[in-house]
Amino acid sequence: MSSPILKKFQDQIIQAGQSKELLRITGSGSKDWYGNALKGQTLSTKEYAGILNYQPDELVITVKSGTPLKEVEAALAEKGQQFAFEPPHFGPNATIGGMIGAGLAGPGRVSVGGLRDFVLGTKIMDGQGQMMDFGGTVMKNVAGYDVSRLMPGSLGTLALLLDVSIKVLPVAAATATVRVQIEQSKAIHLMNLLASQPWPLNASAWVGENLGTLHLRLSGAKAAVQSAISSFSKTYGMQLMAEDEARAFWTSLREQTHSWFNRTQAENLWRMALPSTAETLLIVGETLIEWHGGQRWYKSKQAAKEMKALAQALGGHASAFRSENKNETLLSSVKDNPLTAALAPVEDRLRKTFDPQGVFATGRLI
Amino acid sequence: MSTALDTSENDILIRQQELVRALKPLLPAHALLWEPEDTIPYECDGLAAYRQMPLAVALPETEAQAVAVIKVCQELEVPIVPRGSGTGLSGGAMPIAQGLVLSLAKFKKIVKVDPIARTAVVQPGVRNLAISEAVAQHGLYYAPDPSSQIACSIGGNVSENSGGVHCLKYGLTLHNILKVRAILMNGEVVEFGSLAPDAPGLDLLSILVGSEGMLAVITEVTVKLVPKPQLAQVIMASFDDVGKGGNAVAAIIAAGIIPAGLEMMDKAATRAVEEFVHAGYDINAEAILLCESDGTPEEVAEEIERMTQVLNQCGAIRIQVSQSEAERLKFWSGRKNAFPAAGRISPDYYCMDGTIPRQHIATLLRRIQEMEKKYQLRCMNVFHAGDGNMHPLILFNGSDEDEWHRAEEFGSDILETCVELGGTITGEHGVGIEKINSMCVQFGESERELFWGVKAAFDPKKLLNPDKAIPTLHRCAEYGRMRITGGVLPHPELERF
Repeated sequence: MSSPILKKFQDQIIQAGQSKELLRITGSGSKDWYGNALKGQTLSTKEYAGILNYQPDELVITVKSGTPLKEVEAALAEKGQQFAFEPPHFGPNATIGGMIGAGLAGPGRVSVGGLRDFVLGTKIMDGQGQMMDFGGTVMKNVAGYDVSRLMPGSLGTLALLLDVSIKVLPVAAATATVRVQIEQSKAIHLMNLLASQPWPLNASAWVGENLGTLHLRLSGAKAAVQSAISSFSKTYGMQLMAEDEARAFWTSLREQTHSWFNRTQAENLWRMALPSTAETLLIVGETLIEWHGGQRWYKSKQAAKEMKALAQALGGHASAFRSENKNETLLSSVKDNPLTAALAPVEDRLRKTFDPQGVFATGRLI
Repeated sequence: MSTALDTSENDILIRQQELVRALKPLLPAHALLWEPEDTIPYECDGLAAYRQMPLAVALPETEAQAVAVIKVCQELEVPIVPRGSGTGLSGGAMPIAQGLVLSLAKFKKIVKVDPIARTAVVQPGVRNLAISEAVAQHGLYYAPDPSSQIACSIGGNVSENSGGVHCLKYGLTLHNILKVRAILMNGEVVEFGSLAPDAPGLDLLSILVGSEGMLAVITEVTVKLVPKPQLAQVIMASFDDVGKGGNAVAAIIAAGIIPAGLEMMDKAATRAVEEFVHAGYDINAEAILLCESDGTPEEVAEEIERMTQVLNQCGAIRIQVSQSEAERLKFWSGRKNAFPAAGRISPDYYCMDGTIPRQHIATLLRRIQEMEKKYQLRCMNVFHAGDGNMHPLILFNGSDEDEWHRAEEFGSDILETCVELGGTITGEHGVGIEKINSMCVQFGESERELFWGVKAAFDPKKLLNPDKAIPTLHRCAEYGRMRITGGVLPHPELERF
């Protein structure tokens, strides 16, 4: 094995396999609260850090999994580029490995796609300590199954991520945010209507109960953003937000530091993932809606079963994103829907392929 | 594996009778073919050099019929090759001896269009272009546009993760679909993905897309639709040197521009298409770049100006900007007709599909020129320069066995060079049967073993399009022996993981 750290990872994995122990892969621990309860000995990626290759004109960056996300984003910003899917950090030392494992994306996801859309290749270490390379650094690659894209959102339950190549995009020439007071159902319709028209619409958020404020972020060529601002102002009475205020607003949504996210201990933070045009949900209290209606947040004491049923009735799924008492019933599962439940045995076999001894089978992703 | 059974003619007949007897009660009479005169149109896909007659062809008209057919095949252990329009270029839909071809050609309905949600639910046999045509009235379209979009089906697009000339900006099939309904080899109907973001569990949709019909049989696809840009304009730029053209591609990206399309053609390609379509190409240029911008009129004006500046700085010797939609389509017509143009100047052509990092475009073109001498065959190059996806067209005469053999070797040589330059053997056409040996070069043994594990997770008996895309250990060992010259492995400098 080429490096002492990799050898250490391999030894730890083999050792865990022999002693039938579970390994919990962790970076900075910034997302420890996410997913099912934590189990197993930690395998820390923190020492395995650094940018391996970054060529701005190839639109790709290759990094080691323990690299701090902020370091990578700073390197991209220096060249006028970015992770367009806006990964949340949820902590000052969040790592690239955690970003991939959690598979989360921020406000821009609705227009540019989720994290998995940007993963081009990975080097992983499987449950037997074998290193493998999948995908690569090029934009188009259909050789073999696209195994790299299984890693995003797998919460460390498949394999240890070593290196990852991610597509990056230039920062748009212009960005602006406009907002307007509007009822929830009208806001949901308007976000989707505007998204079906050729506007440089990059993100959306609505906060309120029945009446609330819709925020739209525009991003693209200067002239295109300018013409959208004046058209939305004329047609819908939207007002331009000050640049700093707008930037702080979107960051506070991405990082969930916005005051809306303050909740009591008894409340769970529910994430309802829905088809974007789904009607207004009959849940009491203030709602935060993102992704043109595709992601809706509720602070609620309502039972998990009821929340899941509400989402399912509209073709979506629900999970308690943050809660004081974690358990499986609070998380969405393939088993919740008969048409995906049949894939559960496929998932099981797939996991065994990566990890025959179940070293990574912490159950964090149910 | 069941395909490795005794293949004597009598056995095949017995096997065929058994299969036809079992399938007849499940399908309308016209939906089951087994006489050679009926099944011969199915003996190959778009890669006509590889042919194989199947035992039979089933053309179910409903999902229930398809499930019943799959269950019979599972029981009789007959391998299945799913097929869409048969336009694939890697032999992915080539039949398997002793196997059934399961054609989804009758699944032709556009089930639902929701213009506000920007989605369309379509059956797998719907043609790519038919989706855009059906939603045009709403000002929307389906973005991935493979050159064969007039004929290729969406089911095939999902299986191959098809791209096209606009995927640098708009993404591949993977980025443009939300949900797939499919039948597993055990006959169970399942759904991958969801209309809601981030479906629970592992992202199995990602692995289904581009799986070349080896994991499940697709019966319905929900695609994303995007608003049609108000305007598109294309710049045609000539260069007196291929290297300068390649550098211009990198410079445009480095300038922070993601063009809607960024295509390049070399001199041989330019000349061939100009003779064919008279698109006004500069036939003296060593390379031609087509750079498209789309969006609002203001946006396009701004981007065209910036791209023109970059192209001039990179030494373009002639620049033309399309002044009307008719002219834009004329500029594109040459690029889109590269394949038929090749067909006009050569009895046969063999289209390759490697992808490389953009910075190596000029290197690969130089290497291809050397290979032309080595294999004594001509090659013209058209490619999706923006994403480094090359389509060298090797010209040969298929009736000359030796020429075909040299063309195959030439092709493998190009693909292995792509791997050496840090790229891949296939950007969008798939591995199929054609590039299966090159998979031994791109991947090590442990990766290939894992691919087999993925296959078995979906299809434990390995009955769904087996012998495609993922080579066996044995096959790679054979290929290795074949390619070793003087006891030296090809490309010893390559890391083999």
